[in-house]
Amino acid sequence: MSEKTITVSVNGAYMTRTIEARTLLSDFLRQDLCLTGTHIGCEHGVCGACTVILDGRSARSCLTLAVQADGSEIETIEGQGSVDKLGRIQEAFREHHGLQCGFCTPGFIMAITDLLRHHPLETDEEIREALSGNICRCTGYENIVNAVRELAKERGPLE
Amino acid sequence: MNRHAGGTKRVEEVSFAGEVADDMKPAQFDYIAPTTIDEVAAALAAAEGEGKIIAGGQSLMPMINFRLVKPTILIDINRVAGLDRIELHGDRVRIGATVRHHMTAADAIIRQHLPIVHEAMHHVAHMTVRNRGTFCGSVAHADPATEMPMMTRFLGGTVIAYSQRGRREIPAAEFFVGSLVNSLEPDEFVIRVELDAMRPDAGWGFEEFAKRHGDFALACFATTLHCVDGMASDVRVGMMGVGETPLRLEEIEGIIEGTDVSEPVLDMVADRLAGILMPNTDIHASADYRRHLSGVLAKRALRAAWSRAKTKGFKHNE
Repeated sequence: MSEKTITVSVNGAYMTRTIEARTLLSDFLRQDLCLTGTHIGCEHGVCGACTVILDGRSARSCLTLAVQADGSEIETIEGQGSVDKLGRIQEAFREHHGLQCGFCTPGFIMAITDLLRHHPLETDEEIREALSGNICRCTGYENIVNAVRELAKERGPLE
Repeated sequence: MNRHAGGTKRVEEVSFAGEVADDMKPAQFDYIAPTTIDEVAAALAAAEGEGKIIAGGQSLMPMINFRLVKPTILIDINRVAGLDRIELHGDRVRIGATVRHHMTAADAIIRQHLPIVHEAMHHVAHMTVRNRGTFCGSVAHADPATEMPMMTRFLGGTVIAYSQRGRREIPAAEFFVGSLVNSLEPDEFVIRVELDAMRPDAGWGFEEFAKRHGDFALACFATTLHCVDGMASDVRVGMMGVGETPLRLEEIEGIIEGTDVSEPVLDMVADRLAGILMPNTDIHASADYRRHLSGVLAKRALRAAWSRAKTKGFKHNE
């Protein structure tokens, strides 16, 4: 068995663990760090539920090895807000009914975090294309698009 | 399977087939992340064909998760310096092995010298996959229904492979051998791909049809051409999704070369495509549908390319 010791920053806190080389980042977050907010759906890069931010850009944590993230900064849904104080994207989802069962929601929120940082999001078409890597089986997407439209408007044009 | 939160203990059980099952998707492998291409080459050679290079991992990791691929060692090239560059060398554009799709999509050299690649990037998977996946990784994966192998094939591409034996330049025509099969030797890996830069007066057209945005193409037609004295010149045609490898269609180029790309010429192109293409029938579409679609996409792409070429050719000659 090949073991590696890695140090990552997760939501600003440094964590060091020794793991098997084959450990997926998604399993590392959930099992080794007990951060179970990151959800695991398909485990082959199709559904988007496991999306996290890796060094500033969204990534499928099921298609990334934890060992590859050694020295990286990771952001997960746990860094967005709490039950008492929702993050802004979570609040927009609540306002627009952008979730029902909530399984896909952490992945959507992390993908939208990236979108708001890097993408113009000027048209509905662009918003829909940008969200197309995440699957939701409840909402029919309309309310998620509505939430993102409002968030993009609030943010204003990218510099 | 026993997924238990909170512990690092991995549960192993013996399946009926007698294999040891465990609670991780990938089979076991060793992992290294070298910082020079020579260290990568040494590790790959030492693995004797059982090693795999990982860059973005967006095609490799699903196969590893399904245990379709069980390397003894993964060699991560993300920490090798200098492979993350896009550069213009003379009339060639060089794309390094760790250039990710989102970098290609935003790159000024690509936008200016390979606008057709810039356009194609919008069809590559989804944002999150584009953040990690690489141009060269997509080429090495050699999926016949993806954009970067087609661009490499029809834009005069060369794959630069590296091993302990040195560098080898592989023309795209020899690189793509079959579906998911390339002509790399077991000890070779891709350090860069080079493409012909498009001339400033080049017209181009890119038409892809997929069932959902970001899905694999059912068919895709790409072309570059120039307008010289009102006639099409230096025509290039590529297709994907309709064969075992990405295609460059010299016969179709010959039909268009020297013509005014009028509707009768486009009809001839569509007819000939239906005659020469041998697409598969699969769950997504029948072969007949793909042949029909190819003609429709060809006409749209050629009209767009010719319109751009006429405008640019006119300005060029002023």
